[in-house]
Amino acid sequence: MADHHEIELTVNGEPRACRTEARTSLADLLRDGLGLTGTHLGCEHGVCGACTVLLDGDPVRSCIVLAAQADGCAVTTIEGVAGADGRLSPVQEAFCQTHALQCGYCTPGMILAAQALLDANGDPSRADIDEALGGNICRCTGYQQIREAVELAARTGRPSDEVAR
Amino acid sequence: MSDYRWVSHHGPVREDRRFVTGRGRYVADITPPGTLHVGLVTSPHPHARITAIDASEALALDGVVAVLTGAEMAKDTEPLRQYLDVPAVQWRPLAVDATRYAGEWVAAVVATSRAVAEDGAERVAVDYDPLPFVVDPEVAVRDDAPLVHPDHGTNVMAHREFRWGDVDADRARASGTVRVRTRWNRNSTVPLETFGVVASWDRTRDLMDVWASIQMPQFPDQLARALRLPTNQVRVHFDVDVGGSYGVKRGIKHGVLAGYLSRLLDAPVKLIEDRAENMHGGDFHGPDRVFDVELAYTADGTFTSIAIAVIDDEGAFPGRSPLQLAKPIGAIVGPYRIPSVTYDATAVVTNKTGQVAVRGFGQSPTNYAIEAAVDGVARELGIDRLELRRRNFIGPDEFPYRIPSGTEYDSGDYPAVLAKAVALAGWPELEARRDELRAAGRLAGIGVATCLEPGGGNAIFENIMNPANDKTTFPETCRLRVDGDGEVTAVISISSAGQGHDTMVATLVGEELGRDPASVAVIRADSLTGMPSQSPVGSRMTIVLGQAVRGAAEELKAKLRAIAAHNLDVPVDEVAYDDGDVVVRDAPDRRMTWAGLVAIAQRKQHLMPPGMQPGLEVVHVAHTPRSGGLAQPDGTVQLYPCYSFEAHVVLAAIDPGTGAVDLDRYFIAHDCGTVINPDVVRGMVYGGTAHGIGVALYEQFAYSDEGQPLTQSFMDYLLPSAHEVPPIVDTEHCTPSPYTSLGQKGAGEAGYMGAPAAVAGAVNDALAAYGAPPVHALPIKPGDIWAALRTPGTEGAHP
Repeated sequence: MADHHEIELTVNGEPRACRTEARTSLADLLRDGLGLTGTHLGCEHGVCGACTVLLDGDPVRSCIVLAAQADGCAVTTIEGVAGADGRLSPVQEAFCQTHALQCGYCTPGMILAAQALLDANGDPSRADIDEALGGNICRCTGYQQIREAVELAARTGRPSDEVAR
Repeated sequence: MSDYRWVSHHGPVREDRRFVTGRGRYVADITPPGTLHVGLVTSPHPHARITAIDASEALALDGVVAVLTGAEMAKDTEPLRQYLDVPAVQWRPLAVDATRYAGEWVAAVVATSRAVAEDGAERVAVDYDPLPFVVDPEVAVRDDAPLVHPDHGTNVMAHREFRWGDVDADRARASGTVRVRTRWNRNSTVPLETFGVVASWDRTRDLMDVWASIQMPQFPDQLARALRLPTNQVRVHFDVDVGGSYGVKRGIKHGVLAGYLSRLLDAPVKLIEDRAENMHGGDFHGPDRVFDVELAYTADGTFTSIAIAVIDDEGAFPGRSPLQLAKPIGAIVGPYRIPSVTYDATAVVTNKTGQVAVRGFGQSPTNYAIEAAVDGVARELGIDRLELRRRNFIGPDEFPYRIPSGTEYDSGDYPAVLAKAVALAGWPELEARRDELRAAGRLAGIGVATCLEPGGGNAIFENIMNPANDKTTFPETCRLRVDGDGEVTAVISISSAGQGHDTMVATLVGEELGRDPASVAVIRADSLTGMPSQSPVGSRMTIVLGQAVRGAAEELKAKLRAIAAHNLDVPVDEVAYDDGDVVVRDAPDRRMTWAGLVAIAQRKQHLMPPGMQPGLEVVHVAHTPRSGGLAQPDGTVQLYPCYSFEAHVVLAAIDPGTGAVDLDRYFIAHDCGTVINPDVVRGMVYGGTAHGIGVALYEQFAYSDEGQPLTQSFMDYLLPSAHEVPPIVDTEHCTPSPYTSLGQKGAGEAGYMGAPAAVAGAVNDALAAYGAPPVHALPIKPGDIWAALRTPGTEGAHP
């Protein structure tokens, strides 16, 4: 097996061609290779969820995915969540509204995990939310305002006639 | 309801926007051109002599630039600062001659990437000669224990005995005592971001630039001293986002190592711990304590005296940790009227990684010990726990209230806050829910804790533990500048770890000046361009920085009034500041506008009062309120100025087959005086509570009998997730402090002050109903409950 791989992937909608060491994690490629430092490393062994990105729409821990494994895939990082004009997504907006964060370190992973949940289930229960976020550790908030944010985003992200008043 | 225009109102937290878009700037995101990376060689032995280090294989590796040993580094650096007089205890970034815990740094490998540095670290061969070691603090205090620092002659680094009030008389009038031994096992705050630092020495400017994930008083000065640099050649940047700290992000040895390497190699050097390094060798563990508490009471349940003896395991290097035994002296009787106290505090070293400041600086373990004794008295006397607390609370009309150890509590209404918690919980419904759980075959219990959060941290505990430390001020500073266009900028010189200081400062400046906080810019100066600051520790920023904001605003307003009075040709005491304008009190139509006053101050010397400095820039350095005095020989002193209060009510359900605990309901009533931003404060309460739940049920840095750390990842050090933290319902109460600018108190340690005690109380309530003995060691693991349920003589009152 070669020490290096030439890979092509789509990152936040942009095609990227990269040369990467076989041992380089996707997180390290994103941070060090592509300068996308919004992906954070908390444990580097797949427990804390801070490095969560979406790989073809599914949340993965980019610290335990090799960059080479992402060859041919579409990756969404926190930098790709807001609109091109800088407008926040409903999930990002809801995190601000409820102050669902403090230090911000887990926040990118938390937002992507929440986004993946809402993409699959537009009306999640509290149990659904806890299940979807159960693999993302937050040391600051005690999760309360994060749960509120996901519920708020579920309401505000829906077409306006469905939003509960 | 709020009497303020912006303070206490829901408003956006300005920091949030950059974090939700991934645009925080943490130290790991900072990589100057040419940066070299550090990997660490760590000791596999709890105590061993280093007999040889062979770095040749590492140096042969492509990309490895240097390998540094402790012996080399020690030639050109000073040991790290200790706060006790322990000259034989030499704390250094890299071990010299001997290693004193498994995980201690022995050598540093510097390479062109972190990956190569790690490769190099694996190739450094170190020969060790193992030495006797000790990991149990109760063994370490014995005369025959192996010595962690043989030259010091004992493992006991500090021992202080205090006696306040008429202990003998108060014990004599008691009808009984309850004695509880509580064990607060070693845990820490374990932020998701490990510690990191980038140091860059510029030999042409004689300047060391440092970016670090710090929350530490005097970090720049200590760095300079250890590196033998003049303090004005170290510039620490405070505009670095810190990914959580809750007290622990000190990292002085990390900073000294990176700084040393940067000078040695003439390149920027970056050291970012990985998780294992953080957990076994960062010197970031927290209190590790054995308490022996005896609470004396009369037949009607009135407390008469408390005796607390505590041994704290500091790990191998005491550093600042023993001071965590002194801070709780300021709240040593909790919220209770207890007229006398004995306090016997021992700091002992063992062969473990060092301990550091953790959220509350020793208060939460102490609160837990006190509350365990209070619950013990309730069980002993058969008095309702709520009633027992009410009977002993310091009354709302007794403030300021001087406790036996010399501190005056500022204000509080403990019965009202407890009543709020009980009402919030819906006590009868909570009991019904408990009974429902029991009927369904689970054990269930309700926990109650009523605890204080001292706020407004000063450093007088340094003086209590070591009279040679006579530092009596612990200031904060705010610089306010109004530019030529009248825009307001507040400058502070601290780094933040999620506390929302930008929002807090903007809100307070806006309130003080009557200007919209959204228009106030908040900027971080670095340690050389900045002003005196002691960093956001000890729940102090709303209090002390709030005082600095008040002072700066008053000075600014005084200058504007002087300009207006001069131009309106009236005495200055006849004009008043009015949201930026200045008016003549008795003729409100005579007014000078903000814009006009700014223009004069910045550009129109001919309209300035004679002798006035141009510009609108003020710096106010504020002492911590109520500080300034030294401790008396008996240890009495005014510790922190403000005392927040919280009442927890929690329902725990236990599976009797597995011993697993679920928290079914969680309620808190919390009083931190005037709230600056409600969403920030409730976030602190929830977060601290979740942290306390972790301490109560999950988190422990465990060591094997062989001195090996057993918890080196998040797979064995268990941080609570959304599954473990139940919905937490919080309500606020407001008893303003008379000693702060707007009545605010501290909130940074909220939730954590009472959660461990409350959760333990709930588990023990469940065990008591079953007839099983209480568990007094945290974390309470399923195996502990399983064992308690099988204690001989235990007969289940229900399945």
